[in-house]
Amino acid sequence: MQKKDIGLGILIIVVGAIVYMHNPLFLSPINLGNTANLIGLFGLFAIGQGFVIMTGGIDLSVGSVIALLGVLFVDMVGKFGVPWPLAVAIIIGLGVLIGLAHGILITRFRLQPFVVTLCGLLIYRGIARGYTAESTAGFPFGSSYPQLEWLTIGRSFGVPHSFLAMLIVAAVMWVVLHHTVFGRHLCAVGKNEEAARFSGINTRFVTVMAYVICAVLASIAAIYFAMFTKSVQPSSHGNFYELYAIAAAVLGGCSLRGGEGSVIGIVLGAVLLQELQNLVNLLGIPSSLNFAVMGAVILLGVLADQQFAAYRTRKSTERALGLLQKP
Amino acid sequence: MSAVHGIDLRLEGVTKVYPGVVALNDVSLQIKAGEVVGLLGENGAGKSTLMKILGGLIAPTSGKIILDGQQYDAFDVKQSQQAGIAFVHQELNVFDNMDVSANIFLGREMVRGPLRLIDRNAMNKMAQPLIERVGAPFKPETSVSTLSLAERQLLEIAKALSMNARLVIMDEPTSSLTISETNMLLKVISDLKAQGIAVVYISHRLSEVEECVDRAVVLRDGQNVGVLDREAVTHDAMIRMMIGRDLKALYTPPSVHATKPVLSVKNFSIKRKPDRVASFDLMAGEILGVAGLIGAGRTDLAEAIFGVGDKLGGEILINGIKTEINSPAGAIAAGLYLVPEDRKRAGLILEFPILENITMANLSAYASHGLVSQKRQIAVAESQCGALAIKAHDVRRSANEMSGGNQQKVVLAKWLSMDPKVIIFDEPTRGIDVGAKAEIYGLMRSLADRGVGVMMISSDMEEVIGVSDRIVVMKDGLITGELPRFRFSESNVLSLAVGKVLEEA
Repeated sequence: MQKKDIGLGILIIVVGAIVYMHNPLFLSPINLGNTANLIGLFGLFAIGQGFVIMTGGIDLSVGSVIALLGVLFVDMVGKFGVPWPLAVAIIIGLGVLIGLAHGILITRFRLQPFVVTLCGLLIYRGIARGYTAESTAGFPFGSSYPQLEWLTIGRSFGVPHSFLAMLIVAAVMWVVLHHTVFGRHLCAVGKNEEAARFSGINTRFVTVMAYVICAVLASIAAIYFAMFTKSVQPSSHGNFYELYAIAAAVLGGCSLRGGEGSVIGIVLGAVLLQELQNLVNLLGIPSSLNFAVMGAVILLGVLADQQFAAYRTRKSTERALGLLQKP
Repeated sequence: MSAVHGIDLRLEGVTKVYPGVVALNDVSLQIKAGEVVGLLGENGAGKSTLMKILGGLIAPTSGKIILDGQQYDAFDVKQSQQAGIAFVHQELNVFDNMDVSANIFLGREMVRGPLRLIDRNAMNKMAQPLIERVGAPFKPETSVSTLSLAERQLLEIAKALSMNARLVIMDEPTSSLTISETNMLLKVISDLKAQGIAVVYISHRLSEVEECVDRAVVLRDGQNVGVLDREAVTHDAMIRMMIGRDLKALYTPPSVHATKPVLSVKNFSIKRKPDRVASFDLMAGEILGVAGLIGAGRTDLAEAIFGVGDKLGGEILINGIKTEINSPAGAIAAGLYLVPEDRKRAGLILEFPILENITMANLSAYASHGLVSQKRQIAVAESQCGALAIKAHDVRRSANEMSGGNQQKVVLAKWLSMDPKVIIFDEPTRGIDVGAKAEIYGLMRSLADRGVGVMMISSDMEEVIGVSDRIVVMKDGLITGELPRFRFSESNVLSLAVGKVLEEA
């Protein structure tokens, strides 16, 4: 674990303690379960976003992907009676295609990630709304899919399965990022693409894979969200979710310049964001102030991190000077 | 312009401590009007730190700065500018999307009228005499994007003069200049001197230092090791002071005679210059120098062979077998490695630990079941550091804490940890100090003696002539000639580089 992660963990505990003192409901099983569910849902695609950010890119299309694939999933299973395992496979396949499209446009055609995924944001949302003619996609009345529901919105010992799914994904991605050749190559490409290329790293492949990972995790999240909300309203479902993901990644220590970040940090970032949402609700702050609270905390967090780093540098300078002056 | 009186600057007992490093230790320096002071030292000797203190970018930990009789603990950037201290940097700070006068007056633009619009006429009028003073061939309204590197340097000097500079500090000003451009710059320096302006000249090119300085100050390991007066400034004396010992002669002959070509390049062309075709052979066990002027296409050729950039036609044979190379990964798989010209941009990931840099090119070899073993990385990195005498306390520390010479050795370690057949060095010792240079030459020779084909692109005449077994010379993407060792001379290399035909010896 990095120092940053520990700092973030402490911040989460401190905020939690403050909320608990004002409203003990914070630690009630119901509240914890609901919050864990949201952490799971948002954490899933925040991890993917983190991988893209580590290459020095960004994916703005996540929210729209969640809406479009959510609509398609609900329709496939609810309206056309596609068996759910097949529908899941198709959705994930679409996620792969979307990620490939982004990656190829960025690497082969040298378009900027911001532009490509901004267009994605508009296109996928537009298709979702056009396809449904602005009507809400939902499952037919009385239908039920026990296994699918167990996997997505089920709970074991009170722990929501979305949260467990996120933990499993996080564990896998932690190994991938910190212990595999691909992970090292990803960091290398994010930090200095030229030097990575001159070392024989296939930088295009690495970059494309980051966008594929991001879109695939977004497509899995799309299924979880669709099952959680039960119906998908194409114009509002998933709005701004890419920004939650970026916020979680940045809070978790990813640098938008690329090359830096940790999976644990991103997960903790997602935890802190949901804790803040919860804080707004439990402390009776008007929910319209939701975003303002979140923005302020992120800003303070990043600022504090910067100040701590400067402080550490100063300390070590003083230590070195002390050593020099000793005879 | 106010009457400018000459500068009188002294540094006394200046010390600067960074975390874990003493960059400067009790250094003193004196600079007077109309003096050219050479500042010498290996990389990491503390030259840049000293200059940053003069520029007000960092404050010394202790010591005094005495300017025109007044004493300061430290300068800030503004005080430094007011004192008339100006910098001409190694990496130029010009904006090539603007014209010359806009660059000169950047941040101090002249305005007119109530809307405070930019007054181009006034700026051009003010810029003209400054340009004349540095003898530059461009006009105030010339776009900087059309200027050569040398002209951009003159522009920086003109900018310094516009700020009433009394001291111009030049950091490796000639490292990317051609020979005639260098001579022009040296003339400008003597003009500045005649105008009563002091110059601090930092360079690794000792013959230039010998030519232009009144005094040379030598730093080593952050300490003042001595001052050489005009008459005492000689190659040997400078080198001895910089490294604290005498250097051996550059050239070591190969231990075996090279006969078999390890790399053959046939009718090779790149997309940027489709009509230029190059062919040459590189023998196993030889060091082939590639000389030429800046822009002769040497780097383009090397990078195209390595699979970067756009190859158009031609073929590559490695040990006589035709090899298709379309990417660096392909070149590396074939045992052909490149130590690139700009190590900070393309050679290393500076922020990464040393061990990651060394193992980056074949990381898969350190992994089992896809998981990288850091233990194995550390073992190889440490053995490479030992073999190449890389000064590193801990291979887990990042590469940007090292000196240029050690960084270059890390790039080399990356390739030596694998199995090289051919290594192309592109300007292997640019910005590297004398001691580390000798070590790198030694490494090249021992590689060649192991049967590796070594190709060395270099603009440093001393290096090309002193290290190579054979030289090919390029001009405009073409190979204009080849010299065996007995025909090596500066004039032969230069003649081929400018496209003259040599008479047979």
